[in-house]
Amino acid sequence: MSRSEAVVIGASAGALEALSAILPGLPASFPLPIMVVVHIPPDRPSALADLFAAKCRMIVKEAEDKEPLLAGTIYFAPPDYHLLVEVDKTVALSSDEQVFFSRPSIDVLFETAADAYQERLIGIVLSGANSDGANGLRAVMGAGGVGLVQNPGTAFAAAMPEAAEKMNPGADAMTLAEIAEYLKKV
Amino acid sequence: MTGAEPSEKVEDIEIRLLLEALFLTYHYDFRNYAMASIKRRLRQAQRALGFATISAMQERVLHDASMLPRLLGYLTVQVSEMFRDPSYFRTLRESVIPHLRTYPSLKVWIAGCSGGEELYSMVILFREEGLEERTLFYATDINAEALATAEAGIYALDRVQLFTQNHRKSGGKSSLSDYYQAAYGRASFDKSLRRNVVFSDHSLVTDSVFAEMHLISCRNVLIYFDRDLQDRAIGLFDASMVRKGFLGLGSKESLRFSRYTDTFDEFAREEKIYQKKGRG
Repeated sequence: MSRSEAVVIGASAGALEALSAILPGLPASFPLPIMVVVHIPPDRPSALADLFAAKCRMIVKEAEDKEPLLAGTIYFAPPDYHLLVEVDKTVALSSDEQVFFSRPSIDVLFETAADAYQERLIGIVLSGANSDGANGLRAVMGAGGVGLVQNPGTAFAAAMPEAAEKMNPGADAMTLAEIAEYLKKV
Repeated sequence: MTGAEPSEKVEDIEIRLLLEALFLTYHYDFRNYAMASIKRRLRQAQRALGFATISAMQERVLHDASMLPRLLGYLTVQVSEMFRDPSYFRTLRESVIPHLRTYPSLKVWIAGCSGGEELYSMVILFREEGLEERTLFYATDINAEALATAEAGIYALDRVQLFTQNHRKSGGKSSLSDYYQAAYGRASFDKSLRRNVVFSDHSLVTDSVFAEMHLISCRNVLIYFDRDLQDRAIGLFDASMVRKGFLGLGSKESLRFSRYTDTFDEFAREEKIYQKKGRG
């Protein structure tokens, strides 16, 4: 198995709880960048980066257009912008139309990250009440990357991991604790 | 890796060739755009227009000019809203307008005006502040269909609720409903708002200096450009602006990494409003 170079995570309803069970446990020296899309309201600044910066040992920030993606750093998509990855492993933001009523969209992040990292990517779909991320996870796994979903039975909102699992039967369903353990070993 | 395997994915090669073809044939230059977005949009176009490959789409657009506007519709699609980021307009109103008031006549450029939402927001703001009469507005875009939409000023009524909220949050002094007539699910904005507006086809990529502007608003356009192209556009703004003129960018855009960082002062950092320095 080839070594992964990046992690992408999508979460919606129940995101805070799910991410809190995964991100704070990762070491400052975590060897990959982690890009996160959470569905958040478009019309006010997001507190996510500040909130997790206080809890995490990794560097946490809101992604900025054109910045290089670095190991040991967690990048949150800003409100009202899509977060994309360029093939040179830099951030691109866009205000293209919403995808499934969402901007940022999990699918958009996953699909562009799959283009950039190919098989060296881990895609994780967490709790949520819609189906964003299912197409994206298909792109990740289609490029040879790893697909994980939060075990729907353990999710605050099951619909999103369920949809991702249904479209991608090869994805591993895990509890939050198992996902956290998996990441510690990459 | 086998010798026969291309070093670049075939689709990426197809995209580069298509962009080259668009430039050579029609002088539309997307070659220095941020590629992740371009790729998504071209895939959407390919699916929606029913082509098996990007190459097939290229073949058609090269030989059939009627395909061009349809493809451009995907490549330049831009959705905006009136008074998007109300705090941007509030800052213009409270902090920039007092400066602009000191000029006997004004020029304002909405660069990349797309469907016109930002243009009408600006004209309404200037009317509320009593500056519309002395202002000439330039609204430019590379997409002729977008310009036509902007010139028509007709929007789906279900979007107007958001426009109205934004307008109120921006410190609007009038009611947005004073400016449009609603009928058949559409809001048609008053033609008097276009009295002092010049609509024009203009490319930040290939065209040159425009006029001596006092305010240039260009939001969420530069994020689609690569760094070199961003520098070109900002250089164009610099050259198209009076000393002490204002430049407003999108909330996730900045001059921080640009060649022109030192040419402008940060006027309102949070709102990404810059002011050209008084002495070069």
